[in-house]
Amino acid sequence: MMLFKLSLRNLKKSFRDYTIYFLTLVLGVAIFYVFNALDSQGVMQAVSASTREIIQLMLTMLAGVSVFVSVILGFLIVYANNFLIRKRKKEFGVYMTLGMGRGSISRILLGETVLIGLISLAVGLVIGVFASQLMSVLVARMFEADMTVYTFVFSPRAAGKTVIYFGIMYLLVIFFNAAAISRYKLLDLLTAGRKNEQVRMKNPVVSGILFVISLGLLGYCYLSVLGRLGTVDRNRTLALIALGSIATFLFFWSLSGLMLRVIRARRGFYLKDLNLFVFRQMNSRINTTVCSMTVICLMLFMTIGVLSCGVSVNQSLTAEFEEMAPRDVCMRKSMEADDKLSYEAAGKGIAEYLSGEGFDLDEELKEGYVEITSYTSQGLTWEDTLGESREQVMERFPMLDWSSREELVPLSEYNRMAELYGIPTYELSEDEYLLLCTFDSMKAIRDMALRAGAPLTIGGKQYVPRYEESRDGYLSMSSSRTVMGIYILPDSAFESGELKPYCNYLAGDYRADSKDERMITEERIAAATKRTPVYVISKISLRESSVGIGAIMTFIALYLGVIFLISSAAVLALKELSEASDNRERYRILRELGADQGMIRRALFKQIGIFFLMPLSLAFVHSIFGVQFVNRMLIALNGGSQLGAILFTAVFILLIYGGYFLATYAGSRRIVEEE
Amino acid sequence: MSIILSVDSIEKYYGSRGNVTKAIDNISFQVQAGEFVGIMGASGSGKTTLLNCISTIDRVTSGTITVGGKDITKLRGNALNKFRRDELGFVFQDFHLLDTLTVYENIALALSISHTAPGKIDKRVRETAARLGISGILNKYPYQISGGEKQRTASARAMIGDPKLILADEPTGALDSKASRMLLQCFDEMNRRLGATILMVTHDAFTASYASRILFIKDGGIFSEIRRGDLDRKSFFNQVIDVVTLLGGDLNDAV
Repeated sequence: MMLFKLSLRNLKKSFRDYTIYFLTLVLGVAIFYVFNALDSQGVMQAVSASTREIIQLMLTMLAGVSVFVSVILGFLIVYANNFLIRKRKKEFGVYMTLGMGRGSISRILLGETVLIGLISLAVGLVIGVFASQLMSVLVARMFEADMTVYTFVFSPRAAGKTVIYFGIMYLLVIFFNAAAISRYKLLDLLTAGRKNEQVRMKNPVVSGILFVISLGLLGYCYLSVLGRLGTVDRNRTLALIALGSIATFLFFWSLSGLMLRVIRARRGFYLKDLNLFVFRQMNSRINTTVCSMTVICLMLFMTIGVLSCGVSVNQSLTAEFEEMAPRDVCMRKSMEADDKLSYEAAGKGIAEYLSGEGFDLDEELKEGYVEITSYTSQGLTWEDTLGESREQVMERFPMLDWSSREELVPLSEYNRMAELYGIPTYELSEDEYLLLCTFDSMKAIRDMALRAGAPLTIGGKQYVPRYEESRDGYLSMSSSRTVMGIYILPDSAFESGELKPYCNYLAGDYRADSKDERMITEERIAAATKRTPVYVISKISLRESSVGIGAIMTFIALYLGVIFLISSAAVLALKELSEASDNRERYRILRELGADQGMIRRALFKQIGIFFLMPLSLAFVHSIFGVQFVNRMLIALNGGSQLGAILFTAVFILLIYGGYFLATYAGSRRIVEEE
Repeated sequence: MSIILSVDSIEKYYGSRGNVTKAIDNISFQVQAGEFVGIMGASGSGKTTLLNCISTIDRVTSGTITVGGKDITKLRGNALNKFRRDELGFVFQDFHLLDTLTVYENIALALSISHTAPGKIDKRVRETAARLGISGILNKYPYQISGGEKQRTASARAMIGDPKLILADEPTGALDSKASRMLLQCFDEMNRRLGATILMVTHDAFTASYASRILFIKDGGIFSEIRRGDLDRKSFFNQVIDVVTLLGGDLNDAV
């Protein structure tokens, strides 16, 4: 019982100094619960079946991410705990001189950990349950669900999961504590407070050389991710990440050796106010903090990357939605017989086929719907159209099926469809062709052939490209730019009979007006196309999937972003606060020398500010390049960071990271000014 | 000669009603410019409290303390900090040097704090260091130098701002006899050659014998006062021992 009392008192004492750490724990628990409790929210009952499927996918992904998140939080907890234990060596020394055994000390620590665990879990869960109510409003808005009936939800499954995951983390802490205690020697414990820290200056020449090397490495990585130094595949990406991490470490290591020297050379600045104290203070521990600085920098980098990319994907998906789906519905049907399609069914166009299945297009669709047919030729494959660059290209992109046949469309047919969609129409001379392609990496290949003027021979007649690059355009609506290649030729080219029908396209608007009626029309289309593979793409389904993908991205980005951010900020805060309590004596001396309160506060502000800013600034530079890289990878999804996403990320980081900074400053000030 | 420090019937009580301890009970004295005054007394006699009150670290309960014509018991807030950094220099028993700074920086910091123009700092630091014989260790850290050197560094820091009064609290308390002697010779030189006014608290008769006047404190009041006059240090030391014996010998073993 006595031991438990000690635990309780210790907890109270350290709670005052390390409030930020405890708050981070509570926050971690709350966030963990909120993202794992998404499924049991009322939204799920209010959305359509296809949306529910998307949400289900999101939950599976979030569950995976949760494992990763718990590893990060686990590291934070074990690290922080180890750190706090080391601070208390002296206290354990006193216990041991009073005759307390290691077992009893371990039990005190056990009591503390259990108390912290219980309190943070309980408080975190309560906050999480309330926060998840807010979250369900957000989810409802994102999925455009109709939340007329609000119900208060509690997810026992998510709560259980939270308790188990955090329970494991605290068990780990208990294990580490016991191991740490058994290692300590009494003498070391008692003299821990009196250690004479040696301030070593690093060799400036070595620092200088390493600094240049680290800049060189960073430059190489930056140029590589920009694609200036050849293509970047999977393995190279991993190698670049490793190289970038090493460069980051070297950067901080060498900077710690150089910074003071550079600043000391500027005497006017160095000897002003408490600057020399501030920078000496920084220098005395930057040696020991290079590692954590590196890790925090990389975590912040990930935060910025994940957030801005996640948000921008969501934004661009929503922004380009109108452009992607100008009409209510679009259908595509193959016109070649195969094992799924009978010869008879293959010969029919979509309109004819659907009316045979009891779906009257004229009744269901507004007037002016368009039906067109595309053609193909046995002797015209992707490989054939590459021209001169064929071998080179095929070697570089072995994963593509180069024997795919090209799709060809008569100019007048395409223009009719384009007019309906409201996209550009084209003109061609009798011996010209043009190529539509919107998929970026394919476009690059196609353009090479076009620039070389690769001719197209059909029915014995040669056609030359009208444009030196492929143009924008499409036949069926899609949530992303995925047209691999469609040739448009003058109508006369299709008279020879060499070209066979390939696909039939039909697009138009529903006569139905309200959302419910449209849903009914779509159900009828679904029924009529049950027996035949007709691909139906509707505005409604496109919106649902793009909203869904956008929401998944945003949620995962938010989840990871918040966890990364609070973990790294908490480590920094913890380090700074314990630093402040170590430095109390030094600040007392400054006061004795007549430094006034303002001076001391400014010094403290500068010191903590620089400490928080250093990893953030390098992370910022990293992400300028990293985000561009990710954008190029996301191009297929129409990604690309937009100003809005960057602003959102900036505000988000400013609020959370800035909040931690201010809290750390306030806490340090309290510790330093305490008599 | 002008009066630098004037302590006028000050009292300092600790504790609250019902349980009051009188740490200082009506003490008055004056220090002239250029004097080297020692204050002796046993542990608990109130000498450190007296020093704390003069250095504005602590407040008197009643009475006034005037430094250079300014009543410092009325100072508050930043005026107090300004007074402390512009008019006083401190030397402590345990040096109070910043271990992350070099000797040079420790001395320069005092000037930085008093907003001296950075261009003037270097010259003054080097001059002062030369006077105290620590020019050779300017680039060393406190953990690399001896106790005596540390205390001379602290002395350099105390006098570099040209304070009206240097307060030394048991400056030899953590030094061996050789280092003590060197430090006290430093003080002597600071006092004679540079005209520094020094007020030194000690319980060691040998240390005290370097002063030109000694005040003996017992139970919060002045017990007696002796002046060195034209005596050499050795005879003055014997005089100090006599008073210590009279005080009851409860001062710590004097040499």
